[in-house]
Amino acid sequence: MKVLMFGWEFPPHISGGLGTACYGLTKGLSNSGVEVLFVMPSASGDEDQRAVKIINASEVEISQRVTDVRSFLENVQFLRVGTNMVPYLTPEEFTEMVEKSKKGQVKEYKNFLGQKFKFSGKYGSNLMEEVSRYAMVAAEIASQYEFDIIHAHDWLTYMAGVAAKKLTGKPLVVHMHATEFDRSGENINTLVYDLEKRGMREADMVIAVSNLTRNIVINKYGIHPSKVVTVHNAVDFDGFEQVEIDNRIDEKIVTFLGRITYQKGPEYFIEAAAKVLKRYPNVRFVMAGSGDLLNRSIRRVAKLGIATKFHFTGFLRGEDVKRMFAFSDVYVMPSVSEPFGISPLEAMRSNVPTIISKQSGVAEVLHHAIKVDFWDIDALADAIYGLLAYPALGQMVTKHGLDEVNALRWDTAALQIKDIYAQLTKNQLL
Amino acid sequence: MKKSICIYFQVHQPDRLRLYRFFDIGRESWYYDDFANRTILQRVAERCYLPANRIILELIKKHKGAFRLTYSISGVVLEQFEKYTPQVIESFKELAKTGCVEFLAETYAHSLSSLVCEEEFRRQVKMHSEKIEELFGKKPAIFRNTELIYSDKIGSLVADMGFKGMLTEGAKHILGWKSPNYLYTNSLNPRLKLLLKNFQLSDDIAFRFSDRSWENWPLTADKYITWLSRSLEREEIVNLFMDYETFGEHQQESTGIFKFLEHLPGAILSQTNFEFLTVSEACKKHQPVAPLHVPYAISWADEERDTSAWLGNELQNEAFGKLYEVREQVAESGDPDLAADFLKLQESDHFYYMCTKFFSDGAVHKYFNPYDTPYEAFINYMNVLSDFLVRVQKRSLATMVKSGTEIAVKKGSKKLKGR
Repeated sequence: MKVLMFGWEFPPHISGGLGTACYGLTKGLSNSGVEVLFVMPSASGDEDQRAVKIINASEVEISQRVTDVRSFLENVQFLRVGTNMVPYLTPEEFTEMVEKSKKGQVKEYKNFLGQKFKFSGKYGSNLMEEVSRYAMVAAEIASQYEFDIIHAHDWLTYMAGVAAKKLTGKPLVVHMHATEFDRSGENINTLVYDLEKRGMREADMVIAVSNLTRNIVINKYGIHPSKVVTVHNAVDFDGFEQVEIDNRIDEKIVTFLGRITYQKGPEYFIEAAAKVLKRYPNVRFVMAGSGDLLNRSIRRVAKLGIATKFHFTGFLRGEDVKRMFAFSDVYVMPSVSEPFGISPLEAMRSNVPTIISKQSGVAEVLHHAIKVDFWDIDALADAIYGLLAYPALGQMVTKHGLDEVNALRWDTAALQIKDIYAQLTKNQLL
Repeated sequence: MKKSICIYFQVHQPDRLRLYRFFDIGRESWYYDDFANRTILQRVAERCYLPANRIILELIKKHKGAFRLTYSISGVVLEQFEKYTPQVIESFKELAKTGCVEFLAETYAHSLSSLVCEEEFRRQVKMHSEKIEELFGKKPAIFRNTELIYSDKIGSLVADMGFKGMLTEGAKHILGWKSPNYLYTNSLNPRLKLLLKNFQLSDDIAFRFSDRSWENWPLTADKYITWLSRSLEREEIVNLFMDYETFGEHQQESTGIFKFLEHLPGAILSQTNFEFLTVSEACKKHQPVAPLHVPYAISWADEERDTSAWLGNELQNEAFGKLYEVREQVAESGDPDLAADFLKLQESDHFYYMCTKFFSDGAVHKYFNPYDTPYEAFINYMNVLSDFLVRVQKRSLATMVKSGTEIAVKKGSKKLKGR
């Protein structure tokens, strides 16, 4: 079994959970004997290629054959509009990105034939253009390689997947890691929505990372339930090392770690913190991350008069994240909508008791985390208080949580996906 | 000699706690979900207790004393009956009047006190016996512990309190090759007779009756009595122990469970060599065959038949330990409100809700549980307990001051006399 997989990023160069998930999944697939050709817009050459063969879309020349499917590609052309749609970006990163793209604007895509396209592979202002160019290159790649099935991750690569399917007739699997509704609430970007919907309609099977996401796919995109299956994400802790902290302070620390955006529900964390602080003074709250709701959050904390007990760290990365976990007594993820959510697993792996919202996909696979509705501030405050005031609870959650997290293997997810591949390729032969 | 069949039904409902947030601690000391407790009790009374009692009464009249059985009713559910559905108590009184029904002793609060505190255990059993005598006119002679929990030590304690017999589970890991269908004795005190539940035949009714995937579905009275007579060749006594809520609540009326109940006694009496006895009568009639050694506590719950459903994880042990820490202070305070809450907080059900086994051990736990997860159950219980502990603390400070003044006054008066 050989799969042509379209992704957007791959470790070590990642900006979100997508790259990590692709890495874990491809490793799992290769363990179960599936060969993966992984196409990404811009490879740097230092990707871990033990499990997959990476194809760098920036190095593929467009040939004559692809122009035969031009009629299809013309459908994709509408995407080549400059747009400033930018997911996953902090304000600082955004300015940086705009500056860069002004300077390094690539000129060479006026002509299709015999050209290489240069992709940045980043989430930037030229995203839509890149998406459509990626689709053209994908068609080229599909015509050059042998494979049994096509697998595309998230909407950025769906057009690439569809192009490859149109050209070769091989079955297409699209993988929903997040929907536009998760990213933007009800105020969606309709361009992205259309792309997602189109990708899923053309696909032979849609994989959702949780039942939560599956329901959104069915209810908001109108995809037939029989075509949508849930394969829960897993987590790969190879080489995960815990940071030891010696000079711990006496006070307990409750942590929120993530982008401070609508999707992550920071305001619920702040309100709950205020309630807890009224009855349990010996605790500090930390909000780590940045995002468009940061300023509003700071104002709210000041207004509630808890600023001496509530701290903002800004964006953390790498070692700092681990140190933050090591300092924490409680980790809270009050997401309004979270397709899956890896960070609670990292917290649990670091022996931190965890509270997650019921509106997260990860709640479907975890037993030993405390689950509350994101909007139920009283319940959230109660859970935080419970973990702080009743030590037996924290010990119990931590102990069992660690076992549970360690049992979430990508190999299991990969086996499910392999079954899906097998079923689709069999159907095709009939 | 005729073989004996002992039927015993357990009647119990917990006092479910309301959603009690930590900000209520020290401010609001009403702990119970009155609405849930009332509506559930009324529902179960209507679906189970009242119709089942009616049928039992008819059966007793119809068979003219040949149909006899045993009940155990927890003290806390009796209080709930008095408060919400007094007609249930009346219908039990009518059963008691027939003389064909025996009522057992148990711990008043359906508690686990036998596992940790002899004094509390004795107190609750005494309380319960008095309550039963007051309502049904007869002092119980046989004891059944919460969830049929039993060990050698508990047995000898029960014997010491003057009971003639005790009920427990016919747990496989205790019996080994031995049969539950005989009378046994406590290994420390041979005067205490033991009746063991035949879990196969009991669970056929209690758990499997309506299970359509069971190969023996549908279960009829005729089918059941062939099993009954076949399973006892030389043995003497079969004990069918189950929750009374089996009739109409766990197995709904539409499954035909009441029809089964109506037909079973007649079929047994006419077609087999069995006679119905209450547990006291069975203890008198039969000779025990051997002492039974039970070094560690057993119960009738789950596959393990041990106490791990209530005291099997850190959460349960923590909550349980914290509660019993203040027992003496509560007793000394003499405060009736504290004493009442202390009883209700001891109900085994609260600890059952914190059981983490139900992640694997399925449906039975889930059915009885008002909480989504054991963690929620723990947090809620601990919040309530925290408030309770605050009250105990305040109260015992007050009593200390009071008794201190009394002592001072006495000393003062002595001095006065001395002069």
